[in-house]
Parts: sequence; structure tokens; C-alpha cells
Amino acid sequence: MNSSSGKTYMSTSNSSAGWKAGDAAADQFPVGLRVLVVDDDPTCLMILEKMLRTCLYEVTKCNRAETALSMLRENKSGFDVVISDVHMPDMDGFKLLEHIGLEMDLPVIMMSADDGKHVVMKGVTHGACDYLIKPVRIEALKNIWQHVVRKRKNEWKDFEQSGSVEEGDRQLKQSEEADYSSSANEGNWKSSKRRKDDEDETDERDDTSSLKKPRVVWSVELHQQFVAAVNQLGIDKAVPKKILELMNVPGLTRENVASHLQKYRLYLRRLSGVSQHPSSLNNSFMSPQEATFGPLSSLNGLDLQTLAATGQLPAQSLVTLQAAGLGRPTGKSGIPMPLVDQRNIFSFENPKLRFGDGQQHVNNNKQMNLLHGIPTTMEPKQLAGLHHGAQSMGNMNMQVASHGSQSSQNNPLLMQMAQPQVRGQMLNDTSLGHPPRLLSPMGQPILSNGIAANVSTRNGIQENIRAPSYNPVSQTSSMLNFPMNHAPELPGNSFPLGSTPGISSLTPKVAFQEDVNSDIKGTVGFLPSYDIFNDLNQHKPQNWELQNVGMTFDASQHSNSLQGNLNHAHSVLVQQGFPSGQVNGQNRSATVVSKAMFSSGDSTGHVNAQNGNQQLNSLLVDGTVRVKSETPTNLYPDDFGQEDLMSALLKQQDAIAPAEHEFDFDGYSLDNIPV
Amino acid sequence: MDRNRLQHQVACMRRSLFDQGYLDEPFIQLEELQDDANPNFVQEIVTLFYTDSARLIQNIEHALNSRPIDFDKLDDYMHQFKGSSSSIGAKKVTNECTVFREYCSAENAEGCIRSFQQVKQEYAILRRKLEVYLQMVRQAAVSRTA
Repeated sequence: MNSSSGKTYMSTSNSSAGWKAGDAAADQFPVGLRVLVVDDDPTCLMILEKMLRTCLYEVTKCNRAETALSMLRENKSGFDVVISDVHMPDMDGFKLLEHIGLEMDLPVIMMSADDGKHVVMKGVTHGACDYLIKPVRIEALKNIWQHVVRKRKNEWKDFEQSGSVEEGDRQLKQSEEADYSSSANEGNWKSSKRRKDDEDETDERDDTSSLKKPRVVWSVELHQQFVAAVNQLGIDKAVPKKILELMNVPGLTRENVASHLQKYRLYLRRLSGVSQHPSSLNNSFMSPQEATFGPLSSLNGLDLQTLAATGQLPAQSLVTLQAAGLGRPTGKSGIPMPLVDQRNIFSFENPKLRFGDGQQHVNNNKQMNLLHGIPTTMEPKQLAGLHHGAQSMGNMNMQVASHGSQSSQNNPLLMQMAQPQVRGQMLNDTSLGHPPRLLSPMGQPILSNGIAANVSTRNGIQENIRAPSYNPVSQTSSMLNFPMNHAPELPGNSFPLGSTPGISSLTPKVAFQEDVNSDIKGTVGFLPSYDIFNDLNQHKPQNWELQNVGMTFDASQHSNSLQGNLNHAHSVLVQQGFPSGQVNGQNRSATVVSKAMFSSGDSTGHVNAQNGNQQLNSLLVDGTVRVKSETPTNLYPDDFGQEDLMSALLKQQDAIAPAEHEFDFDGYSLDNIPV
Repeated sequence: MDRNRLQHQVACMRRSLFDQGYLDEPFIQLEELQDDANPNFVQEIVTLFYTDSARLIQNIEHALNSRPIDFDKLDDYMHQFKGSSSSIGAKKVTNECTVFREYCSAENAEGCIRSFQQVKQEYAILRRKLEVYLQMVRQAAVSRTA
């Protein structure tokens, strides 16, 4: 009985015609659907209420987002769907959307008189399950029940399949088609894994309307555990079942995890700029690289993939970068960013993001606080672990972002992040003096982004983890995990830690060798992060940034490290050299690199992207970045593989002259590099 | 007779409101929402619209008179005003709001001031016509009782 009536619901759009009066409440669905409508416009609110009542829904209206949120919190299972205006005085509709997604996991429909494409897209990326243009017609409201059913179906499916299919997103398979019927939905988040659906138990699940699952609140801790588990598995292999096992939280069901995973993926995807890159790019890209990264593989894979996915790093350059990064294997195979670090990163409670923790052996002490907020792991190892940095940053971003509801926490968290434990080398006194500034801007954009980035994807978020644009390049051993700015996207907005990607690129290269332990003078602290922040926040460029950049390639570095440093330096410098304007948006990877740098460059002065030398020169002139070469010779050799790296990076940027390895380091001196 | 005539007048006026572009499709939706449970729904909504509009118009006036002009705030108010006027199908008013917002985004103070005059004018005209119309509707409804 249920199934037949269920089918009836699904097939008809006419609310009354298809319903059968029946004994079971389910038969009357969607009659009685509990809708919460939020709009500050009293006229619209009243009209909507009347329309929804005409559809036989149970309507609660609310003219303030805060009120709506508290209503929802008080009664988590008291509503089936939320309709909210975008433009509200007390809270942005998208922010409300994220809160609801995170806390209550209800389908949310956005509406606005604004039908601009970017606003609608924002709705999609923030996880709205539909977007209605005002004035809303009653016909549009008649079908909103589909979003409720769809969501339940997804969750049910997941529940059903717990323990069976490994690829936990199978439920999406079924809902995939359904999902696309929504006006705001777009296609392609399916991952190839979802294809196999041999067992189609979902067909029997018509009666999803009667399913009521207790809602799980994803607290900060829980989400951290979740993200840690996901990272451990590798975003590609993170299936709900395994995540659940790793998390080992009593009472948590696979279906809870699955739906949260969907949102998380959406969040990642959104961070990556809603890239239009096919997932295949990720897959193919990563494979060749995975091997090289060895221990980093899982992380790298993630980063690269996500980066690649987001198109920030063209596959080709990504490969090149990786190759370049790996090209000089330093004897250290260690991954600069062990998972441990990441866990730390995710720990909100722990204000000190200890990026460097993982590398205890490495000069942990040297946690250079390159960027005020950027945790930089001065990992002496040069590593190709670009991803690490990016990833961790990305993760951080996500962490931050995903807890949009804890916005207040975010700020402090960000602040914390901003003060990596890195030991300040990079932080000069001057720069240290700036952290607050840095942080706040950072905090803000991040925060907002975080909220925005709330992975509240109501519609099966895509499978690809096109994650935040991590800069794959970024993190090499020393990985400065700076919150990378998503240079392209931003300025000043979008993914808060978007900056990470950019930064990461810088970092990697800097393989601060482990040898450099306390000697490392703020090398790693490439400013990229600073730059990014600046860029983001339109900060006045600070000189300290550049100073930081002046990576202190200390003499203690070995050739290996030098190379790493050099690469890094180059990359950093080059990047700095690039005027933000030029680099921005040119290329993701470029942005990462350049962004990080150029932002400081910008401030300092016209870093000319065209010429690395110029950049350096200009940097010098500005007195900002000086690359001091304490290290012997090697520091500026041209024969590092940096060429490869730089070329790869630069190729992507048309505006940027081919990387000339001619960075004229000579004569640069590092000033104020706190060690 | 009277009733029929009244009803005929109501129908004519209604038609002209639509033909002349004062009202649009959403207004029909409002009319369709009116039922026995809410026999005065249209009037209620329109009244709510007047109240809200008065507030918004005042805010806009204030914002236009302050120096320097805060265009973001102006746009915000006008966005709201446009939203509610479009919800009831006030077509001409909505169109003028759109023009205003264009000047606003161009930060053209002169343009804003001028187009706001247009907004107010269209609003005043519509309000007058609606009041007449709705009164006729009420009269026809009353006369219908038999």
C-alpha cells in the first residue's frame, strides 16, 4: 500500500490529485508537510503563508532568521522543509541555509527577487535544494515536498545499505535522477564509484515519507573526527561505512555519516570554486603522482585531485609540479604533514594549530610563523608534500567553514591558526606585530567563507572531491600551511582559507630542511599567507611579509634543502613578483604561488610578474623581501629542478613571464628575519 | 441590475488595470488565493503592502537626503520595495524600482533622486486606483448578497 501511494506521490505534481485519502498518514503526504517560511518582507510572508496553506501544508512563518533558527533548534524534528529569503536584514539567507544544513539537516529552499546567475549559483553551492524567484507562484510551492522525500530517500538508502556497498554514496545513485529535477540542481556530482548499483534496494523504499530519523547534531568535535577520518581514508576512498568505523562514535549511524559526507563534499566542491572539471581529471591525475608521494599519497592525492579538480592547477602543471617537487628527493621521505598534523589542525579546541607537530623530528621548533596566521610547518624536508600544506589548510578551512554555526569559534580559531606554532622565524618582530591585523582579516573572510562553505549540500553533493582548491603544489616538507587563499576566487571573500592553496604552493618548495632547525630563519614563513590575507582583506601590504619571504635560507641547509629552499624561494619570489593583478585569476596554481607572494609584492610595490628579477629587485627596493642567502652557493643555483616547477607554474600564467631562474638573489639580504 | 452593473464595472476596471500595466500576474494569484476562509485576502495583502511601502519610502527618502549617500543601503531598501511590489503584481512600480536600482548601482545620485520621484508617483497612482477598485469590489460583493 505504501509503495503504491508512494509512487503516486512521486509521479504527480498536482498536490491534490495524486493523494489518496488513506488511513496511514503517509498516504496523505504531502498534506501536512511542515514548512517553515522565513522572510523579512511582511507582504511576501503573508502571501507565501496563504499559498502554502492552500497547498495543504502546515505553515509556520517567521520574519527573522534568528527566530527561525531558534525555532528549529528547539524543535529539531518539528519541520520538514524550510523556505527562506536570501535578503534579510538580520542574517544573510545563505548563512541561515548553512546553519540549518549543519545543525538540522533539513532541505532548504531559497527565494529571492534577485535572479542573477551568481546568486542562484550561490544557492546551489551553499546547499540549497532549490531556488525560487520572486514573485513566487503557487505552482512552484506545490512541489516542494519533493525535496523532503528526496532527502529522506537518500538517507534511508544509505541506512539500508550500511554494511553492504562499500561505496557509500550509492544512495546518491537513486537520488541522482531525482535530484536533478530540482530547478537549482545541477548534474554532476556523481562519482564514478556510484555507478555500480547492483542491488537496488531502494526501489522498495517508496515509503520514505514516513521515515523519520533522529537528527544528529554535528558538533565541532564530531565534525573534526569526521574530517580526520575522511582524510585518513583519503577523500576519494572515504565511504560512510569506513568513516563510521574510523570515527567510532557510538550511536552514529552510517546514514548520518553519509548525509554529512554529502554536505562535506559539497563544501569542498564549493571551496574549489564549483569547478567544472570533470572528476576524471582528478582520477587520472592523481594516479601517476600517487606513487611518488609515498606516504603522502593519501594527502597528496586529495590535494592534487581537489586542486586539479578545481582546475586550479591544470593537470599538467600539477604533474609537473609534483614531479618537480619530487624531483629532488631530499633524502627525507617523510611527509611533512603527517596526518597527525591534520588532526591537529582540525582541532578547534586547540588554538595552536600545530602544523609542525607532525614533524617533530623536524625542526619543530621552528615552527615558523610565517604568516601570522599561517601555520607553517617548517619542515626541513623538502617534500613534495605540497598537498599537505594545502590540504591541511584546506582542511582547516573546512573545519572552520563547516562550523559556520560556530562562527564565534571560528574567529578565534582562525586567529589561532594564524599563529602557527611555527616559530617565528619568519615572523619578524614587525610581522609579529601584525598578527592581529592579519588575523582579523583572515578571520573574517575565512569566517564568512566558512559559513558560506558550509557543506550543507542538500542535494547529493557531488562525489568528486573537488575539494577546496588546495594548491597541490604547496606543501612540501616544510609546508607552510598557510591558509591558502583561493586567489582566484577571492578577493576578500570566498573561501576563507582559500588562501591556502596559494600558499601551499609556495611552501612546498621551500623544503626547509630539517637540518635547519632553529636556524631556519623564518624562511618558510613565506608570506604567501600574508599576502593572501592582504589580498583578501585589502590590507595594506606589510613589509613584514616580504621579509618573511626572504626566506632565510640558512646556511645550514644542505644542498637538498637548498634546493628545496631555492625552489621555494623561487617560487615564492616569483610569486611575489607577480603583481596580484596579473596573477590573480590567471591560474590557480599560479595564484597560489603568486598570490601568496604577490600580495606582498603588491603592497611593496610593483612586483613585476614579468621578470623574476625585477620582482626580486623590486622587492628589494621596497625593502621588503629580501632573500638572504646565507646558504652557500646552492641557494641560487639554476640547476634545481626549480625550473621545472617554475615553468610549470608559470606556464599557466600567461601574464607571467616564463620563470627565469634568474632570480637575482645576489645581493638580497634578509632583514629582520627572526630566528 | 445594480449588482450586475457593479459587477460589470468591477470587471471593466480590473481589466483596464491589467491592460494599462498597473497590475500583473501576481495580482491574479492573490485573487485566486482569496476564498471563503479569507474573503478579504486581497485587501489585507494590499493594506499590508501600503504599510510596508510607506516605511520603505520613508527610509529611502532619508537615505537620499543624507550626505554622503549610502548607495548600498539605498539599494537594499529598494530591493525590498521591489520585492514586495512585485509580489502583489504592481508592475509599473516594480519597473520604476528597477530603474532606480540601476542608477543606484551606478551611484548616480541625480538619477536616483529623479527615478525615485517616478517610483513615488507610480506608487501613488497605483494606490489610488487600487483603492477605488477594491472599494468597488467590496460594494459589488455586498450587493451580491441575496
